Amino acid sequence: MSAPALQLHDVRKSFGRTSIINGVNLAIEPGERHAIIGPNGAGKSTLFNLISGRFPVSSGRIDLNGEQIDGLEAEIINRKGLARSFQITNIFPKLSVYENIRCAVMWSLGYKYSFWHRVGSLKDVRERCEEIVERIGMTKRRERVAGVLTYAEQRALEIGVTIAGGAKVILLDEPTAGMSRSETDEAVELIRKVTEGRTLIMVEHDMSVVFNLADRISVLVYGEVIATGKPEDIRANKAVQEAYLGTEQH
Amino acid sequence: MNRVFHVRRLAFWAAVAIFFAVLPLLFKQSFALSMLSQMGIAVIFALSYNMLLGQTGLLSFGHAVYFGLGAFFCAHALNLIGAGKFSFPVTMVPLIGGVAGLVFGLLFGFVTTRRAGTPFAMISLGIAEMVAASALMFTGFFGGEGGIATNRTVGGTVMGISYGPQIQVYYLIAGWCLVSMMAMFALTWTPLGRMANAVRDNPERAKFVGYNPTRVRWLMMSLASFFAGIGGGLAAINYEIVTAETLGLVASGNVVLMAFIGGVGHFWGPIIGAVLVTMLQSALSNYTQAWLLYFGLFFLVIIMFSPGGIANLVTLHKPAWKARLLPRLFPSYAIAAVAGTVMMLGFFALIEMIYHYEAKESVNKAFSFFGVELDPSKASAWIGTLAVFAVGIALFYGASKVVRRAWENLTVDLQKAGAV
Repeated sequence: MSAPALQLHDVRKSFGRTSIINGVNLAIEPGERHAIIGPNGAGKSTLFNLISGRFPVSSGRIDLNGEQIDGLEAEIINRKGLARSFQITNIFPKLSVYENIRCAVMWSLGYKYSFWHRVGSLKDVRERCEEIVERIGMTKRRERVAGVLTYAEQRALEIGVTIAGGAKVILLDEPTAGMSRSETDEAVELIRKVTEGRTLIMVEHDMSVVFNLADRISVLVYGEVIATGKPEDIRANKAVQEAYLGTEQH
Repeated sequence: MNRVFHVRRLAFWAAVAIFFAVLPLLFKQSFALSMLSQMGIAVIFALSYNMLLGQTGLLSFGHAVYFGLGAFFCAHALNLIGAGKFSFPVTMVPLIGGVAGLVFGLLFGFVTTRRAGTPFAMISLGIAEMVAASALMFTGFFGGEGGIATNRTVGGTVMGISYGPQIQVYYLIAGWCLVSMMAMFALTWTPLGRMANAVRDNPERAKFVGYNPTRVRWLMMSLASFFAGIGGGLAAINYEIVTAETLGLVASGNVVLMAFIGGVGHFWGPIIGAVLVTMLQSALSNYTQAWLLYFGLFFLVIIMFSPGGIANLVTLHKPAWKARLLPRLFPSYAIAAVAGTVMMLGFFALIEMIYHYEAKESVNKAFSFFGVELDPSKASAWIGTLAVFAVGIALFYGASKVVRRAWENLTVDLQKAGAV
């Protein structure tokens, strides 16, 4: 049996004396769509920041495909095949849609810090970029400057930038936050489409999105995973209902 | 389509090459020729600076360090060639300056590029201070107050080129300027060049697409220092003397001004800045002692009214140009130009009056201002000057309204045409 796509062993994080993540254990299988839910302040985004290398862990261990990644710089983790999006849109606002995608594509195609290739003549880069722009449905707006796009378009671009490098493990932090119902439905379809064949871990508040997309769900409360399981199990879980879902279901 | 693009690009650079080649035929005076040489050097320097500021978002206050070190290494190289201890074609000596710039760029950049923003600016200032201080301490290499003198004709005459006549030096500078421009422009369209923009805009996101922003900044800074060193090498050849001033803070500040005046948001902005600043500095200083004041005010006006520099003013007109509506702005511009000239003449006259009143001890303070005799000891001269200035302000105020109205009408029509 192959190693889990992502595995967390007793991961802890504290800022000063405040403990945010109190020993999280999690194993996510390759190809799985996994949602992390929990009340505000439970530490969901912090957990993403630890996994993606934005913050160092205080203790514990994180493995990507069986290889230890905690303590590595964010860009190294990215190169190993883990990409993330951000809760607050985090793109290159002054660059065009196409250029945003191109920045996310170049490393994975091996161009690194090259100053001897002309980007315009790189066929593989162009093809990959066009494919990604097409998949996020922005072919007509590819020359637009990212900063002037609508919110929903920027969120789609954020997902595009995240998947463009071809990472096998994708972390999406509240991809539908702040969207209208129809925008959310479109975003869910987009996420389903672009994460095909990849491992997806997402933080999400919208329960319809979670139950629609996720194969499994973990519930994070006060920095601890209180339950992990299939959507129907989570819905039926007493502790979860009390801690989180309960208020919505009564 | 790519091939068409390729041909157009080559045609463009060929046109630039021809332009460089015929320039000295249009300006034959020796004064003009040395100014053109200076401009070529300034263009390389300013473009290399914009690799930091415009492209990577690094506000450096110490870019002259790499220019100056390149110049010193080239001066020593020329002297070694002259002494027969080193064999190297003089034509390629600027490359030594480039390598010197690159090496020190790698060295200092390793420290400075760990941070962007204000810390980077401050550290660059610190390094500039340190190198400038070293230049006065280590007199063996830097030559102390007197600097290092050199001789550009040490290579002898090769195929009729001795680099004795200024015209030959001009063509050397023009050649290096063209090659450097092409290389720096090409660099903006490489993966590194593209990521420099990304790091400028959002260094954190760059990390999450696999790039180390520090590494991107470091490489950009090293390459910028390489081109600055080439510029410095040309300066050593052009002036045949390199002093500590070449790498000092004033020189570092000067290139910041060039870049801002020209516009850091466009690749070619700093070229405008370099040409204009060189022109102002060498031409204006011939006519008035107060030229630094005018230069400072010019910078201030640009920053206040067009923060994107002159390049931005130019690109503002692009939609109108494309819609072929640009001539509609000309009448209002002509009015503004006349009004502005009156205002500026009044202002300059006033400044010169104050300057001559203060500066000279002599009894006769009268001076000629564009053929008009002005005497600061007479009240009539003051009243006249102030009147011209006041009328100029009023006219310019009115003209600015005319220009604004012309722009408003134009914008409406552009929107109708769907060009905006």
